[in-house]
Order: sequence, then C-alpha cells, then structure tokens
Amino acid sequence: MTSAATKKPKPKSAIIIGGGHNGLIAAAVLARKGLRVDVLEANAAFGGGLALASSHMPLHPSVRKAAGLKKQSIKPVESIAIGPDGPPLRYEQLPEYKAFLQEYLSYSAALAPLMLNRPPRLKHFDWADAQTLGKAGWAIRLGLGKTAMQEFLRVIGMNIFDVLNEHFADERLKGAIAFDAVMGNHLAPRTPGTVLTYLMRLFHQGGNPRMPAGQTAAALEAGASSAGARLKPSSKVESILIEDDAAVGVKLAGGEELRADIVLSNADAKTTFLKLVGARHLDARFIHRVSKTRTDGDVAWLQLTLKHAPEIDGLGPLMPNQRIVLSPNMRHLERAFNASKYGAFSEAPVLEMMANGNQLSITAAYAPFDLKQGWASGAPAFQQAVLGVLAPHMSGLDDQIEAATLLTPPDVAARYGSAGGHWHHGDIAFDQSFMMRPVHGAAQYKTPLPGLYLCGA
Amino acid sequence: MSDMSQTFTETPPSDKVYDAIVIGAGHNGLTNAAFLAKAGLDVLVLEKNDHIGGATVSRELQPGWFYSNCSYVCSLFRPEIYQALDLGRHGLEIVPLQGSVTFTQDGDYFGSYHHSDIKRREIARHSQRDADAVVRFDADLMKWCRLIRGMLLRTPPDPASFKPRDAMEFAFLLKKFYELSEAQLYEFIRFFTMSIADYLAEYFENDLILAHMSGGSIIGTGLGVYSPGTAYVLLHHAMGDVDGNVGSWGFARGGMGAVANALAGSFQSHGGTIQTSADVQSITVKEGAATGVMLANGDHIKARSVVSNLDARRTFTGLMDKADVPDALYKRAQHFKIRGSSGKLNIALDGLPDFPALPKGSPLTLGHMHFSDSLERLERAYDDWKDGMWSQDPYVDLLIPSQYDPTVAPAGKHMMSVFVQYCPADVEGGWDDAKRDAFGKTVIDQISEYSPNFRDLLVHAEVRTPNEIENEVGLTGGNIFQGELSLDQLLFNRPFPGYAQYRGPAKGMYMCGSSNHPGGGVMGAPGANAAREMLKDLKRPDLTPVDFGDD
Repeated sequence: MTSAATKKPKPKSAIIIGGGHNGLIAAAVLARKGLRVDVLEANAAFGGGLALASSHMPLHPSVRKAAGLKKQSIKPVESIAIGPDGPPLRYEQLPEYKAFLQEYLSYSAALAPLMLNRPPRLKHFDWADAQTLGKAGWAIRLGLGKTAMQEFLRVIGMNIFDVLNEHFADERLKGAIAFDAVMGNHLAPRTPGTVLTYLMRLFHQGGNPRMPAGQTAAALEAGASSAGARLKPSSKVESILIEDDAAVGVKLAGGEELRADIVLSNADAKTTFLKLVGARHLDARFIHRVSKTRTDGDVAWLQLTLKHAPEIDGLGPLMPNQRIVLSPNMRHLERAFNASKYGAFSEAPVLEMMANGNQLSITAAYAPFDLKQGWASGAPAFQQAVLGVLAPHMSGLDDQIEAATLLTPPDVAARYGSAGGHWHHGDIAFDQSFMMRPVHGAAQYKTPLPGLYLCGA
Repeated sequence: MSDMSQTFTETPPSDKVYDAIVIGAGHNGLTNAAFLAKAGLDVLVLEKNDHIGGATVSRELQPGWFYSNCSYVCSLFRPEIYQALDLGRHGLEIVPLQGSVTFTQDGDYFGSYHHSDIKRREIARHSQRDADAVVRFDADLMKWCRLIRGMLLRTPPDPASFKPRDAMEFAFLLKKFYELSEAQLYEFIRFFTMSIADYLAEYFENDLILAHMSGGSIIGTGLGVYSPGTAYVLLHHAMGDVDGNVGSWGFARGGMGAVANALAGSFQSHGGTIQTSADVQSITVKEGAATGVMLANGDHIKARSVVSNLDARRTFTGLMDKADVPDALYKRAQHFKIRGSSGKLNIALDGLPDFPALPKGSPLTLGHMHFSDSLERLERAYDDWKDGMWSQDPYVDLLIPSQYDPTVAPAGKHMMSVFVQYCPADVEGGWDDAKRDAFGKTVIDQISEYSPNFRDLLVHAEVRTPNEIENEVGLTGGNIFQGELSLDQLLFNRPFPGYAQYRGPAKGMYMCGSSNHPGGGVMGAPGANAAREMLKDLKRPDLTPVDFGDD
C-alpha cells in the first residue's frame, strides 16, 4: 500500500452492487469491521446464481469464519457416472480413483496461498504480496516435496485428457472426471489448462464432496444481516457514480442516487467497467483488456418437474445426496464440445443432475451463449437433445414430465446481469487466473478507479 | 540412387575406446559431435541409415530432383553455431525466402509481403483496423522474441535442486524477466498460455488475416488454433533469422541435407569419424556408467561417454536396458507425449504451376502458400486429427524452393514441398499403402482447387505420413519436434522433470536430441547445449557458443 493510500481516512460506508454469494460474504466481512453496508440486489431474492446450482461445494472454512457463519452441516453428495456402456458406476468408491483424488488434492492444496490471498503483484509487490509469493513457493517446494513438486509442475500446464489416460483405463471413469474438470467453462478434455481448472475445483471441494444447494444462500443472507448489513432487494443499479475519477456511489434504475465511501461490485468485470462505469472513465488499453475477456457461458440449466420422484435405470430412485454425471467417455465429451466451437449446441449433450422431491435439476453442456441459429429456435431443440440422451437411462421419462424450464446462457445473463451468462463470470484458464483475473490492473480487487472494488468471481 | 546426403562406411577397430559415441547423425547429433571433436575429444557418430542427416536430408527419389523430404526450411538454426562451427566454409548457404500468401475460397488472396509498408497496404485491403494493429502486434512480438532468444543456448535450471548453479540460473532468468514492466510480465504470461486465436483476437478482426497468421502456430503440434499454448509458437516464426535478418526464413542451398553435410564436414575437420548403416541396439552400462554401444550385428564399441540423438521415448524404452533405467523415469518415457500430427508431400513438377488468383508476375509464389482462409477451417482440420483421421481439409505449408535454388530440380523443372497438418500417427486399422495414397490425394485435390494446371505438371510425388517418417527417420510417432512442445514438456520439464540438463540416468550417458530443451525446429541448440554439459563434466574447455545477445 502506498503512503498516500494509508493517509486517506478509513472508509466508513460501503455499497455492494449485487447480492450474489460473494456480495453477501463481502457485506458480512465489511459490516463486522464496523462499516455501514448496503447490498443492492436487482432481483427479489438474494444468492444470485446459487439458485441454479443443483449442488455446490461447501464454503472454505476460512471464508465461513470471516463471514461469521456457523459451521455448515455438510451432507456429502455421491457422484455416480452413467452411460451406454454399462450399469451406473459408483466411481468414488474405486480404490484407483481414491488414490488419484488424494494425489490431486495434495496438488490443489499447494495452490492454497494463491487461492486464499490477494493475488500477488509480480514486480512492484508489497510486503503482503511478497508473503503470498513466499508461501506459494514454500507450499509447492517444501509442502509437496521434491518428487510431488516435479509432478505438480509437469501436470499443471497439461490437459486432463492426457493425465487421465496416464492413470486409468476405464472410459466411464475418465469421462466423469474429465466432466468435472471442464464443466462450466468453454473447455474440453483435450484443452491444455484443464488440469488447473480441475485443481481449482478440488481446492474448493476441499476433499469433501459437495452439498445440496439452497441452504447456503439463506445462511449467507442471514450472516450478512446479523452482521448489520442492510440488504435491499429489487434495487437495480444503473450506473456507478464517478466524480473526480473516483467512485462515490451508485445510481439506481429508479433514478435515486446513493453515496458511500467505497463501492464494491459483485458483477463481472465487463458489466462493471463497460456498463456500470462506462468506458470513457477508463484507460483505453484497460478497457480493451476487459472487453477481450472470455465470458461466454457454455452451459444451460433444465429444471424438470416429474409426476414421481425421478428414477435412474439400474440405480433406482434418485436420492437427494446423489449426483448423476452423464459423460460416457472423453471422446464423447470432446465431440460434444466441438459443436460449441462453431456456435452450435451439442447434439448429444453431457450433463449432471440432482433430484429434490419430484424435481430434477440438470446442468447440460455444451450450449454456447452465441448460438448461431439463435436461442429462440435453439432452446426447444436443445431441450429435446437433453431429453434424448436421458431417455435411455430413465425409462418412460417422456410421460413423466409435467413441466420443464430451460435457462440458456442468454437467459442467465438477463436474469443475473452477468455478461455472457457464464457460470464463473469468465472462463477459468491460465490467462484469466490469479494475477490476471479478471484482467491485470484490476486483479487485486482494486480497480484503476479509487473507491471502486471488485468482489465477483 | 545417388543422394546428396553423404554415406560413410569406415569400420572402427574393435579394441578402441572412444571418448564419446553419438547415436544418430541427425543435425543435433552432428552438432553435438562437432563441438566435442572441436574440444579435442575422439568422437564416433553412428547412423542407422545408409545416409546421414536424420530429418535434415536431401534425397533424390526421382532422378534429377532433390527432396528435402522431412524438414524443409531453415531459420531457427542458431547463427552462433553456424559461426562457431564454420559451417559457411563447409558449404552451408542459406538463401532468404520472403513473404507468404493465403488463398481464399472465393478466388481472392491475402499476401504477407516482406516489405512492411506493402504488407500494411495489403492488410488494409482486407481491414483498415488490422493494418493499424499490425504495427502494435509486430512490436509486441519482437519484445517476446528478444526475451526467448537469449534462453535457447542455455541449460534450463532445475526447480527441485538447491545447487548454486540452478539458483544462479533462476536468478539470471528472473533478471531477464524483470526487464519487463509489471504489465508486460502479465502480458508475457498470457502470451505463453493463450491460444493463438485468442491472442490474435486482441489485435485483429479479419478472419482471413487471423487464419493466415495463426496457421503457423499449429505446425507439428497436437493442438488446434483454439488450444491454449499455441500463441507462443508464433515465436518460431519470428525469432529465427537469416544473416541477422530476424524473422526471415530461408532455404538451405541444395536442400536441408546441406545442413547435415556442413555439420559433418566441420566434425570431420576436427578429426571425428562417422559410420553409416550402423544400427545401434543398445547402450551398454556397467556399474552405473555407460561403457559403449552394442550394434545390431553384435559388435560392441567402447566409449567413455555415450550421447543419444534419439527421442526420449526411444532412448529410455528402447536403447537402454530396462534394468539401467529407474522405474519412475521409464514410466515418464512411456508417457512422453510424442504424437505425430504432420504429413509431407514432396513433388517433382514439369514446370511452375499457375495460381490464377494472383496477379501476373506476383512475387507471392516465392514464399509460403496456404489455403486455409478461416479459423473455423483450421480448427475443423484439428477435429479430424483428434478423431484419429487425417484432415479432410488440411492446413498446408506449400513452397517451391526450386524458384531460388537451381540445384534441387533439373533446368526448367520445379520441386514442391508440401507440409501437411494434420495427419495422425495412428489411423483406424493402421496405415497401409491405400490409406497413405488417399491422404496424398486429399492434399493434391486441395492444391488443384487453387492451381488448375498443377495436376498436369505432376511428375512424381512422395507421400509421407507419420508412419513413413517414423520408419525412416526413427522419430517416434513421426513427431517432427521429437516430442510435443506443450507447457508440460518445455524448459525444466523437457523431456522429463529432473532430466532437463542433458544427462541420462547412467554416468557418462547424455541426450542431445530435440526431445531436450529448447526443442525442435532445426535449431542445433540441444546438440550444442548437451556438448556444453559434457565438456563441463569432462573438465574440458567449453567451446560451445554463448548467444549473441540482443541484435
């Protein structure tokens, strides 16, 4: 921190744009520090995209602590792979999978200093950055030890396809793990960098499988409230107020202006800088970088209401703690991806799903944001494609469906105000990670505009 | 058959102990051997084929025509090595080659002229914005070039080691990087980890220009234009030079065999011996130290050091006895990524083919010619390869070197070299003659679409799939770089973590092929770097060159 910054009076109030999970966590942390915090959420409900997650990973313990949340009751979710080449595979019980998971969990733990701290600057670093860099080096060299470090440095740049082929023979198993490595991103098993994506996912998972969603949004909302933050639903922010090249507040859609010492945006970088701030307030090269980030979503959500609780052939009724992965093998997954490169959806989509009562929540890929044929005609066709790959595993599915809702990436973009409707606010790839996420120049949560901070994914 | 590539048939006396034996007379093996001989060692080079050169050869497969039937252009070969080994005096002459062109399906073209003003004007014909962007692009690329060129003739440091030497090398690299600004550091990391399509999209908008500029980034790789890790391959096109002219490409006069012949000449002038048709079966090791090599005919030739110019997979799973290789290393060698992805057609022509899209007398036929005019076509070519098929609409790098070099074709006739991306090492059911010919036909059909009289001028065509390349040259999978140049196989990971300093698992056993840092592309750098490490171990004066530094 520069001396000029330390001389500035400490901020007493904050506005947080967006009440997604990151906005709520930031609200709780700041409110507990004694700031007056307003969380402005465009929708009636808080939690943002959490509502779409059929299941999700538990919050990292350190995040829970900072947000003042009590221990979450984690109910492990079991992942089961299904496919045309055999009965459902409860792969998490396989010893070879367990050994692999242990190895890769240790690599993901080596990323901890980079994941839990502010991404360090590489050249003009301050003491905190230097500590983070030192800890990262320590975790990789001494935490892992020589042999594991060498393997870590080798696989970190690889694709999951080659790594899985080195470890396993079972195609269904490889298909299921590769699915986890790429899901949510515009990536496929053969895309270099998918090991990094997989490690980041494992890091969040922390060895615990996942937990059903729904509870977390409520807990975070309660946590922020009890810390003293004021949660304001149905308050759509139209723009961020800039005066003397600094953020001083926001303007709501209704025209009302709210002011605060600092403004945090839980929106993605494109939305924040290009829409809410406006390019004219920022350096041209910075804006260029922001506008070139890859933020197009490649996943659609299908919510089915069935007459009965969903059943999987060969498995029986789907339990709330079971997650089904339908990604028969890596070749299939790769081919499903091929279509999305050229602006078409997968004819044979890959998917994961969880049940809740008679509801079946499906996340299906690949469904590119920028569909060539347009989503008006594309949506029903894609829904048919999803049901088509499900039908062989759920006898009589067609007669079971009472209602179906499909959310395409443009639908998600419209509902949650995220550019591209991307699950993670932008592809997770080397060039969009750590010190380069969302872009360098704004990767330390600070932005080029004093008073404006980023707190989104 | 009279080849320009030389043959040698000396047989060494059986009781002799050489200072060093180099297995394989590829350009890196010869470079390595030449530096060792120059330092005063008694060196023997053994070559399985009846001619030297490995993948740098000129072969007369049709009387009167000399095909550079593997590597076909020369640019990355280190000028420092050229000078240190006096290759000019031994007959190596690089003729600069200029420009490139991509033909479009609708009968237009994009010409990338060597002259920067003309090039900008031609870009503006397709996109004014891209013509402005190219200035920024060229400047940025040159910055990365400067950084990387300085690392080619150095041994990568080992991040797992605590030795002062490795720490100093890391400090050196860090110092180099810290010459960049904070923002440039991040841009450099991005450059190394992005796909060529995404990287170029930060500068250009026109699909034809994007396709033209990204084509070169997939050459020899198992990656597509949208695969992260392809952007930095741009450097392969930008960091070479001909006579100090950075970014230029050239032809070796007489074909690529001239590179091997000049290296052999330099090696012999320092007293070295070459033996062709000497098929090495194994490296013999006794009590943890290399003692020599065993030939297929049962001869054992003794040496104090043994250097393998073969790829890392062959070296550790083929040449060495499994008992002499640590299990972990053996496994790494099995998993070494060395999938072939390229094919080649070498064609004898009765005359110069017409390309009607070009204006009459256009200089663009003198350079690289391509027919892939969109990123989508390039990426779809990759999809075919991923599926185990050669590309139905491949990316080709077509050159007609006989326009510059009258020695490679009879007077009035021409020789064409067509590099083809992608072609898999394994096709469904395995390669056979019918499939090889079908692959050749795919390429010839594509060329014919842009040159109507091309087919009539065909005198002879040699079609090479990865299968032919592997069987003749010995490159596993027909991989032209002796191992993919992906992030997990670069720098201190090349070929394997812990073995990136040219030393094998046995004392006195070394590696000098492109499987080692800095990789393939006819640079000669792995050979020179390995020689430097050997001379250090042998406490001999180091006669290998250091890089010229910024030019």
